Amino acid sequence: MTNITDLTAVELAKAIAAGQCTAVEATAGYLAAIEARDGTVRAYNEVLAPRAMEQAQAVDAARSAGSKLGPLAGVPLALKDVLCTAYGRTTCSSKILANFRAPYTATAVERLEAAGAIILGKVNMDEFAMGSSTENSGFGPTANPWDTSRVPGGSSGGSAAAVAARMAAGSLGSDTGGSVRQPAAFCGVVGLKPTYGRVSRFGLVAYGSSLDQIGPITHDVADAALLLGVIAGADSRDSTCLDQPVGDYLADIDKPLEGLRIGWPSEFFSEALDGEINAALHQAAEVYRSLGARIVEVTLPHSRIDKDAAGKFSSFAVACYYIVAMAEASSNLARYDGVHYGHRTEQEVGDIIELYSKSRAEGFGAEVKRRIMLGAYTLSAGYYDAYYNKALKVRRLIKNDFDQAFGACDVLLCPTAPTTAFRLGEKTADPLTMYLEDIYTISVNLAGLPGLSLPAGLSKAGLPIGMQLIGPVFSEAALLRAGRMYEKASGISRLAPPMARS
Amino acid sequence: MSKTIDAQLVRHIGKLSRIELTDAQVETFAGQLAGILDYFDKLQELDTTGVEPMAHAVEIHNALAEDKPQPSLSPEAALANAPQRDGDFFKVPKVIEDS
Repeated sequence: MTNITDLTAVELAKAIAAGQCTAVEATAGYLAAIEARDGTVRAYNEVLAPRAMEQAQAVDAARSAGSKLGPLAGVPLALKDVLCTAYGRTTCSSKILANFRAPYTATAVERLEAAGAIILGKVNMDEFAMGSSTENSGFGPTANPWDTSRVPGGSSGGSAAAVAARMAAGSLGSDTGGSVRQPAAFCGVVGLKPTYGRVSRFGLVAYGSSLDQIGPITHDVADAALLLGVIAGADSRDSTCLDQPVGDYLADIDKPLEGLRIGWPSEFFSEALDGEINAALHQAAEVYRSLGARIVEVTLPHSRIDKDAAGKFSSFAVACYYIVAMAEASSNLARYDGVHYGHRTEQEVGDIIELYSKSRAEGFGAEVKRRIMLGAYTLSAGYYDAYYNKALKVRRLIKNDFDQAFGACDVLLCPTAPTTAFRLGEKTADPLTMYLEDIYTISVNLAGLPGLSLPAGLSKAGLPIGMQLIGPVFSEAALLRAGRMYEKASGISRLAPPMARS
Repeated sequence: MSKTIDAQLVRHIGKLSRIELTDAQVETFAGQLAGILDYFDKLQELDTTGVEPMAHAVEIHNALAEDKPQPSLSPEAALANAPQRDGDFFKVPKVIEDS
């Protein structure tokens, strides 16, 4: 057999169920890969080795006893450190939660474990999921396995880097404005942001509650289908999680879609887009044409990218998104007050307000402070209408554009990010430059749609290029099948960075 | 149009946010916040007359559940991460002035 860490999650689950390898061998293989490569990649905040090995032994024992195995039995996965686990630490890569131990486990994680998955550990991210490069982590950045002088993307950078470097068979991330899809694109793996309400957010530490959604990061599209099928579905502990039937996403994954209409949002193919990515997307359209799909031009006017006289790019969607996300963040992050859990200042304080203000000043990083402060400002008396309420109206215009577009097509094809992975430190000086990383992903969150990022080749510099498919709400089954069609026809799948080639 | 965010305003926002700021931070944030707010003004180019605000992606009105008690955290589990506790209570500095 080939190296155990080169198998997809689907293949590994099959091999374990068939007795070709054991869960202990798979887990040991991944722990060895982490040992060998994570000193360079720095994806893991915490490796839960003894617990993972115990889980693996339990899977093997269950198999020996002839018990029915779950669909992920023995498959080792990594969790973004924003998902609560009643074991290990849950830090959100923030100093304010550096020693936090969650009293319960997120529903999505419970479902993975009930399906037999092995939890290898918790992985790095931008602090509280605020960022696009994982450089905002309070514990230091993660490196891109394709080029360790570059960022893995963010905020789920650790989740994407761990999968790309074969240090996990798959992972969960969270996506508020592109945080699953953009790092997946930068690391050459698959990332799925499900429909808002498809996956329970219970136990997902909140950032922008009307935008946040948990999603899988995997080696290929079939693995994304497998993981989504396990984590999706109603949960009484999250009232925004909708009671919509969960399909067997994997069963039909290899059935091509007949008469597929692919929407091509022309606004997204402007000079804001890197030339090589533009070319790769045109090639992807050709692949779909060769499979019998029709390419239809559509328009998303409120998600377009403008260029001002000074040559700077801007977008209504980016402005709208950051107002909404920051407002929600300022409210959600009010809970970190140094009273019930998390960091409390050791300085002398005269009163409780000082205790809050010093604890928060010491515990939060600069980007988190900026977002909380801007959120508080845009929600304050006198500014609420000009910023927050205005953004909510623009949000509807953005959503209406998608509704209109889906009248003419089944899925949209567009880039995931405007560039390939950039260098560590390249965009940290100016927050606005970093925000523009999200121009192709944020509209999807504002409208609550599912979006899938998958590899579309490598640039001349050897860096992964990501393409994005976007579908109407609850169209995950079709979206995944459309992704699978491309993945199989193009042969661009399961890309391994040089450091992880066996 | 360029926003003026002076030191006093940054300190005020810091207070609203319960985040203590150093003088150096006030200066850095003043420039950065002004730049971001300028960017937000792009939305003023759009006519949104008559557009209904959209607070949520999926318009759910009520999620009803049976009125039945569910398990909740034990005091021990709830207090496990407390920076300072006193028996079954979270301990904080004195909040009420002496009379």
